[in-house]
Amino acid sequence: MTTTADTTTAAPLVRLSDAGKNYGSIIALQGVTLDVGASEVTCVLGDNGAGKSTLIKIIAGLHQHTHGTYEVEGESVKFDSPREALDRGIATVYQDLAVVPLMPVWRNFFLGNEVRKGPAMDIAAMRAMAKQELLDMGIDLRDVDQPIGTLSGGERQCVAIARAVHFGAKVLILDEPTAALGVKQAGVVLRYIVQAKERGLGVVFITHNPHHAYPVGDRFLLLNRGRSIGYFAKKQISLAELTGLMAGGTELEQLSHELERAGVEGVAEELEHEVADLGIRSASTPPPNPPSA
Amino acid sequence: MSQTVDVGTPPAPARDERVAQRSTLGRLLARPEIGALAGAIVIFLIFFIVAPPFREPSSLATVLYVSSTYGIPAVAVALLMIGGEFDLSAGVAVTASALVASMISYQFSANMFVGVLVALVVALAVGFINGYLVVKTGIPSFLVTLGTFFMIRGLNLAVTKIVTGNVGTNDVSDIQGFGAAKAIFASQFTIGGVAIRITLLWWILFVLIATWVLLRTHVGNWIFAVGGSAPSSRAVGVPVNKVKIGLFMTVGFLAWFTGMHILFAFNTVQSGIGIGNEFIYIVAAVVGGCLLTGGYGSVIGAAIGAFIFGMANQGIIYAGWNPDWFYFFLGALLLGAILLNNFIRRRAEASR
Repeated sequence: MTTTADTTTAAPLVRLSDAGKNYGSIIALQGVTLDVGASEVTCVLGDNGAGKSTLIKIIAGLHQHTHGTYEVEGESVKFDSPREALDRGIATVYQDLAVVPLMPVWRNFFLGNEVRKGPAMDIAAMRAMAKQELLDMGIDLRDVDQPIGTLSGGERQCVAIARAVHFGAKVLILDEPTAALGVKQAGVVLRYIVQAKERGLGVVFITHNPHHAYPVGDRFLLLNRGRSIGYFAKKQISLAELTGLMAGGTELEQLSHELERAGVEGVAEELEHEVADLGIRSASTPPPNPPSA
Repeated sequence: MSQTVDVGTPPAPARDERVAQRSTLGRLLARPEIGALAGAIVIFLIFFIVAPPFREPSSLATVLYVSSTYGIPAVAVALLMIGGEFDLSAGVAVTASALVASMISYQFSANMFVGVLVALVVALAVGFINGYLVVKTGIPSFLVTLGTFFMIRGLNLAVTKIVTGNVGTNDVSDIQGFGAAKAIFASQFTIGGVAIRITLLWWILFVLIATWVLLRTHVGNWIFAVGGSAPSSRAVGVPVNKVKIGLFMTVGFLAWFTGMHILFAFNTVQSGIGIGNEFIYIVAAVVGGCLLTGGYGSVIGAAIGAFIFGMANQGIIYAGWNPDWFYFFLGALLLGAILLNNFIRRRAEASR
């Protein structure tokens, strides 16, 4: 797709090969392979307990993998702290967002990375930068001085993403960013994911909702009970297949057969047979004595 | 950015139409100290009307002096409260600093400033221990400092009795360096026939510095953040433990300063004083708009809170009321201020 040679041949920003993690005797994650390239969204899907959080924690540097390899831009790594991951440009936006609700938006935006002018902060510059950076992400805030707690969940998520982008993240890990949001707000957050991707970032988007993942994702990793149950490029899989796999694949198929058997159509057919047995010609005429009445 | 600029529009940055209607009054009401300011004006007017001696400039100087002795530690207590913690040991730490400085210099026949410096080290150490215990154990600071409060209270009495054989310290006014120390901590000067105590200037200075740090520096940003949400602050790289320990040590520092004032104003120190003052500092901070849960508040508000306390403390005497009722009055004042603060804060938040 891209014409520049070095980007096509360069190693992906993040690559896990056959990675796994044991907590003592408990296997939390095993055999996971995943790539995140620049301008790509890799979705990690799985139900509760599938190992999504363990996977994020490995990539974010909170935990270390015990099996396989973890490479950042082709270099094998083992992070001891989130700070190390951050220094390599891997930023994580957690579900609880890491914002301080009572503080103004601009103070939250620069928290821990304040712009200084001598001993003081350059407040005017920080206000303007926060406003501009949010605007670039398509977030038009009324006032960057309002407490961030007064923003909606979607807006807060977007501020957290914009913050990570501003401070030089190359890879964004988004932990269920749409989980607690309404339909409209989830759409807003999905749009920012696409924006981040268009700005050249690699995104790891963790979710349990295939309807959120499919429109924005380039690759899909499905996890179930700590194992990878599929890793697909977008053209290899349809939304229906993705949903099917998410819901447990064959289990769902079986359930749909059962439903079909017991469904309305089945009941109608059975009725028809019974009607025929009673010797009444017209199916439209209701039987005078319903058999089960 | 845009090439086609409308000739009629001024080049000023475009105002967002959604914030335009927020009035100056609304902006003012959103300040944390506004409730305290309103209360201070009301109380000032009441005493001004009912107590003729209150109207004298010298009375105002006395009120400001009393306010400053509570207001100085309240500066640090307010910062600590904004940072999400409490310090119940601040009142007895003031006494402990004065006792240490006095006894070190007297017993070792050392220069006064030796005692002053040793007391500073002790006060900072108390603050450090408080902070360290809070951040390392995760036990609420209310309990940790309640423990250190009783320990220091016991030490104040027991050690003083062992060293001096008395419940108070010996007079230090003969010790070398006393004059210079008194000039720094407890002198007074006259403006227009009114005697002003130097603590008032120190108080103003501390309030200005603390307000500047809180609102204009990255450290202030961190103080708000650790009080508002410590885990979130940690996640973005704020050194939460250092900030909290630093705040406890700031309380230690200003407790030391106040202790030095008491020592050089009275020359001797009674080991039992200071108990209960920690609540006055907290009252000043809360009346001044600091949220008990942290993350919100103002040092200027705490100063106004201390001023309210000073007015009430002296105003009752000037008004000729029975001083036995003082604490009842203080409690009612606190409740009233909190209700007013709550009301105003809710309105301010609604107006956003």
